[in-house]
Amino acid sequence: MGMKSDIKLIDDNGLRIDGRLPNQLRPIKMEVGVVKRADGSAFIEWGGNKIIAAVYGPREAYPKHVQESDRAIVRARYNMAAFSVDERKRPGPDRRSVELSKVISEALTSAIFVEKFPRTAIDVYIEVLQADAGTRVAGITVASLALADAGIPMRDLVVGCAAGKVDGVVVLDLNKEEDNFGEADVPMAIMPRTGDIALLQMDGDLTYEELTNAMEMAMDAAKEIYQLEIKTLKGKYGGDNNDD
Amino acid sequence: MTTKFSEGVVAESKRSYIHKLAKEGMRIDGRDFDETRPIKITTGFIKRADGSALVELGDTKVLVGVKIEPGEPFPDTPNLGIMTTNVELVPLASPTFEPGPPSEEAIELARVVDRGIRESHTIDMEKLVIEEGEKVWVVFIDMHILDYHGNLFDACGIAALAALNDATVPAERFGFGEDFKLPVVHYPVPVTFAKIGEWIVADPNLDEESIASARLTVTTNEEGKINAMQKGLFGTFSYDEVKKVINRSLSIGKKVRSIILGGENGEEN
Amino acid sequence: MEEEKKVRDVVVPGEEIVVDGKPGRGVFIENGVMHSMYLGIVDVRSGYVNVIPLSGCYIPKRGDKVIGKIVDLAPMNWVVDINAPYYAPLHVNDVPWRVEFGDTGRFLGLGDVILAKVSNVNEMGQVWITLKEQGLRKLEGGHLIHISPSKVPRVIGKGGSMIQMLKDSTNCRIYVGQNGTIWISGTPDGIVKVIKAIRMIEREAHTYGLTDRVKEFLERGDE
Repeated sequence: MGMKSDIKLIDDNGLRIDGRLPNQLRPIKMEVGVVKRADGSAFIEWGGNKIIAAVYGPREAYPKHVQESDRAIVRARYNMAAFSVDERKRPGPDRRSVELSKVISEALTSAIFVEKFPRTAIDVYIEVLQADAGTRVAGITVASLALADAGIPMRDLVVGCAAGKVDGVVVLDLNKEEDNFGEADVPMAIMPRTGDIALLQMDGDLTYEELTNAMEMAMDAAKEIYQLEIKTLKGKYGGDNNDD
Repeated sequence: MTTKFSEGVVAESKRSYIHKLAKEGMRIDGRDFDETRPIKITTGFIKRADGSALVELGDTKVLVGVKIEPGEPFPDTPNLGIMTTNVELVPLASPTFEPGPPSEEAIELARVVDRGIRESHTIDMEKLVIEEGEKVWVVFIDMHILDYHGNLFDACGIAALAALNDATVPAERFGFGEDFKLPVVHYPVPVTFAKIGEWIVADPNLDEESIASARLTVTTNEEGKINAMQKGLFGTFSYDEVKKVINRSLSIGKKVRSIILGGENGEEN
Repeated sequence: MEEEKKVRDVVVPGEEIVVDGKPGRGVFIENGVMHSMYLGIVDVRSGYVNVIPLSGCYIPKRGDKVIGKIVDLAPMNWVVDINAPYYAPLHVNDVPWRVEFGDTGRFLGLGDVILAKVSNVNEMGQVWITLKEQGLRKLEGGHLIHISPSKVPRVIGKGGSMIQMLKDSTNCRIYVGQNGTIWISGTPDGIVKVIKAIRMIEREAHTYGLTDRVKEFLERGDE
């Protein structure tokens, strides 16, 4: 965010460098059941992002001192492959991935009936294989699919989506150039049924009006992504495919 | 992973008491929902640092030291200075803090404070170039928690801004001309809210923090712009709640900023 | 009738359920409206609306027969993995043998497989199992496979019809644990056929007309 550049991110027709309208999502494809060994899994392609998620558990949490006596703990681990970005990323957790793992764990916990499994852990591994901005919101979306696929009881599916500002225009779902050279990014995760906001971060420079515009844009798009999640999950069991 | 902000199992009686009070518009320490605890700022507390501030937010106490040294710029920003932030949750500050590598709580805290300062362009980084592409000033912001009684996000954010505002670039010491004041050009202030039942209170104390279902920090600057947000904990906020919290943070942030810049309640040495 | 609707209603977590009936298992009520907890299928039985998960771990219930594996020994008990979130202890008082203190290893060793019954479950999720009942025992030899516990009723079939059909057409001995672990013993050909049939049931558990298709598969396989 905030790097100076001469690149024009919005052209004279109001289109973005990848040809999208301000409120248009990148193409999204989802698939569930991609890791046989796991209790649940999913894969997402979102623009240039390719992210896989697998769920193990609930299983007894170890080491024992991490157990909670009245609920399951949800341990999401967000990890970027060394080859997922242009300049090789040093493998292993850095400060960014530790923070993202924490906020993703918290956001997923709010959707799960954790009280049904005292003393257990639900492990959610999110591997970013190819990164193209918006990995945390794509990661939380694919994790939510993997949780449903693992038979974890939940209040709702979780949908991640981001909006931001580039060249003074509020836009949905920033791509890599927009993320690098734009003015603000607002990643969110939403439970579409209730509209509850489970993850909310922001950085950049926005007025109150721009910020609320961005949030509303992300929440609207979340409904679209939610339909795709439902279709993907039901599609695995051969149902609800009215349009193919 | 062992250091936790929460104090483990909370007595049920405490939980229901705080809820009962909230229902009547009251808080356990007598504050209004939008009232922060008293803020006391002592700048220049560490003479060996290039800038420092000891901040007391109620009983929560944090010390921020700023060190400034020459270093190499990042390859993609040859004409900009560099800043880094770090938090130490030292065990002396709370029975729940343990020694060891930074916990995820400490990392999140450091990164939220970092975002507030970085994204608001608090420091004019272009003025921190010694030789373009070769040498720039690196600003190290180290935060030490000395007494933990809730809401480290705001205490650290306030202390970091106060310490930066207090800092001098030690050019002479390194043979690069005369010392000059660190160019601070914006004043971002974080305000953190805790959701307790259906009520949302500003600057939660330790008891409130330990029973909160969700947390939201909003960092705003002197122009009324929003520079950073961070939601935490397992609970959720509705969109209406978020909008109200942003508006409240704008007005609370304004008051806190005037304290940092030496207005009422502020004590400067 | 089955031709008209091949797939049962699949619901996703949080989805509203618009079926008349009292809330049963796998559902929750919010603002007076019933929602599914699981990715599963809606099943109405005796006036109760249930959602049966399409996947997920085994949640032990008292009285369930389960197949488990010994994963640890202690002087007075064995620790058994029954494919649930928690391991289950098997106490020396709950086996049909007289076991001296510290002599557990002589009766059941690491990796041994048993057919046991869940004797108690508490709200903390702790589980106790027993071998003290007729038919419960150590399972020698044979082969083990796992399926999703939610699909066990389909493998067993109405009144045991599906499992009986598998046994009859392959001459295999088969035990199906409620925890999704299945023990099969017989000729190699027979075992392969049973596994193929079970995988088919697993894949198509949510469809109608399954018994006929499995029957067809078993007959075709005979040729």
